[in-house]
Amino acid sequence: MNKKQKKVLVRIIAAAIMMIVLLLLPLEEKSILRFVLFLIPYFTIGYDILRKAVKGIMNKQVFDENFLMAVATVGAMALGEYTEGVAVMLFYQIGELFQSYAVGKSRRNIAALMDIRPDFANVMIDGTVTKVDPDEVEVGSEIIVQPGEKIPIDGVVVDGTSTLDTAALTGESVPRSVKPSNEVISGCINMTGVLKIKTTKEFGESTASKILDLVENASSKKSKPENFISKFARIYTPVVCYAAVGLAFLPPVISLIIGADPRWGQWVYRALTFLVISCPCALVISIPLTFFAGIGGASKEGVLVKGSNYLDMLSKAKIAVMDKTGTLTKGVFKVTKIEPVGITKEELLEKTAMAEVYSNHPISKSLKEAYGKPINTSRVSDVEEISGQGIKAIIGDATVHVGNEKLMESVKVTAAAVVEPGTVIHVAIDSEYAGYILISDELKPTSKDAIKAMKHAGVRSTVMLTGDSEKVANIVAGDLGLDKVYSQLLPADKVTKVEELLAAKNDKEQLVFVGDGINDAPVLSRADIGIAMGALGSDAAIEAADVVLMDDDPMKIAKAINIAKKCMRIVYENIYFAIGIKVACLILGALGLANMWLAIFADVGVMVLAVLNAIRALRVRGV
Amino acid sequence: MKKTYKIDVDCANCANKMEQAAKNTAGVADATVNFMALKMNVEFEEGADVKAVMTEVLANCKKVEDDCEIFI
Repeated sequence: MNKKQKKVLVRIIAAAIMMIVLLLLPLEEKSILRFVLFLIPYFTIGYDILRKAVKGIMNKQVFDENFLMAVATVGAMALGEYTEGVAVMLFYQIGELFQSYAVGKSRRNIAALMDIRPDFANVMIDGTVTKVDPDEVEVGSEIIVQPGEKIPIDGVVVDGTSTLDTAALTGESVPRSVKPSNEVISGCINMTGVLKIKTTKEFGESTASKILDLVENASSKKSKPENFISKFARIYTPVVCYAAVGLAFLPPVISLIIGADPRWGQWVYRALTFLVISCPCALVISIPLTFFAGIGGASKEGVLVKGSNYLDMLSKAKIAVMDKTGTLTKGVFKVTKIEPVGITKEELLEKTAMAEVYSNHPISKSLKEAYGKPINTSRVSDVEEISGQGIKAIIGDATVHVGNEKLMESVKVTAAAVVEPGTVIHVAIDSEYAGYILISDELKPTSKDAIKAMKHAGVRSTVMLTGDSEKVANIVAGDLGLDKVYSQLLPADKVTKVEELLAAKNDKEQLVFVGDGINDAPVLSRADIGIAMGALGSDAAIEAADVVLMDDDPMKIAKAINIAKKCMRIVYENIYFAIGIKVACLILGALGLANMWLAIFADVGVMVLAVLNAIRALRVRGV
Repeated sequence: MKKTYKIDVDCANCANKMEQAAKNTAGVADATVNFMALKMNVEFEEGADVKAVMTEVLANCKKVEDDCEIFI
């Protein structure tokens, strides 16, 4: 609790004690003495409200909650309902105190979740280490990060090995190990060894700064419920106030006309009850608080949402369009099968790796990686690249052809027919078929479960877009249980496809596009919601996407949808609950069934419950 | 041009009022108040004198909500 809150708490306790004492004293009803004595706790608890109300009237801000509370309680005192006048003020203050405490607490909770802001950087200048503000570190400086410290700025490791805790960024608890020449990003915590890092970015451009900026500014993009509530609050309060005026005057005047007892006191009291209920606080506080907690909770799980409007949209996601490479598959090529004919597996792999030794193609790299040993280039000669077909090389005293079916045809070798998805490398030694090696992009281990989880989260249709061949695409789609697949697409075709899907869906459904942020920025921005995954270090993706998944686990897609759904469920619960209770109390108040006690309990109680409900949005681990 | 300011205000409805007041200030193209982060983002009109506009924004905010502060 801060100073301001403590002061209010003291006033609340003092006023409450005074009131109880006064109630126990044998004072005569409606006596001047009783009135004067009750004014003491009244002013103790309400002087600031009364002052604000007067200031509000002078600034032509009539319908604010201070004014309403002032009128209601002054009215109650005037009617001789001293206890109620003090009690309303008292409970109103308790409600306000609770609200400011709860908001402050969740503000701190969320700030703690996003505790990735580095406070300093240790810069190496001429062999000495100086502690400086990360803002002052120039690109290309060398910084030292001790175990236990946060990496302040993105960079490349120059010296030292260590493991990094990336949990604050990705929600992933498995530490990542780094060694010289590895890129590291700011916000990670260095766990085991001292690292010397050469910075590649300025502090402001570094991952940690960008993420903080993004999350802190997220609620600037307001969602429909938030806009609805701020409009509602602007209309609701004046309407209830006018209704109160009507309630105070119309029934007595009508009674007078028809010759009945006007009973002014009763109707004015009912009107004052109206004023107590007219405060829109519960709604106005709980809706933005829910979104703030939802966005904060999501970022803890490594899902960054750029605005509360995207949470709203994400909760209605019905069509999920996904890129294949890098999203559903790992995007790295690996030798997945070695099928020799007449020689051993090792021999086949060795010959192939030797033939490919000078090539930098990703496929050659994966072959060399699979071979894993240094290659003796002295045995390789006359390497000739045959464009679009493969490579011919002399290894030792044998002529080796390594390439596709066409190459095999050209040397009159019958290649085996291969049906598995991936790239097939056939090998012929001295014009004799020696088998093939299959290289394919592996599916991510969680892809299949991710698709199931998305279906479970309400996604109607899962679609995969890929530049790959139809054969490969269909096998992948079948394995994963996708609904639709479009293959052999150029990057521009992906935009066209997404536009077709957007046109075909109905207005209430939202289309999500998930990509890895590499060449799909146009599609990310074209879709209703663009989700970029594996965004650690990719600026383009962070810019273009609406939702950013910090690591590349496709399970996070369904998780993001579920977090959004939970958040929106709480938002609507709060809207219906708060408006429902208020309307019910207004009706009961007008009929004389609710007194001022009930009204203030309804007002403060609804707010407390709505705030507690809103804070639930912070807990997203299990969803 | 866009700028972000730290603010201090007690209730969410007051924050909404500040937002309205800031929006209606001459020289401000758009303004949003983020109550949870206690921040005000102001987008200024072309060629506006930021300092003068912000003084005006603060004055207007004080009018609607006495108990608020913008750290200019």
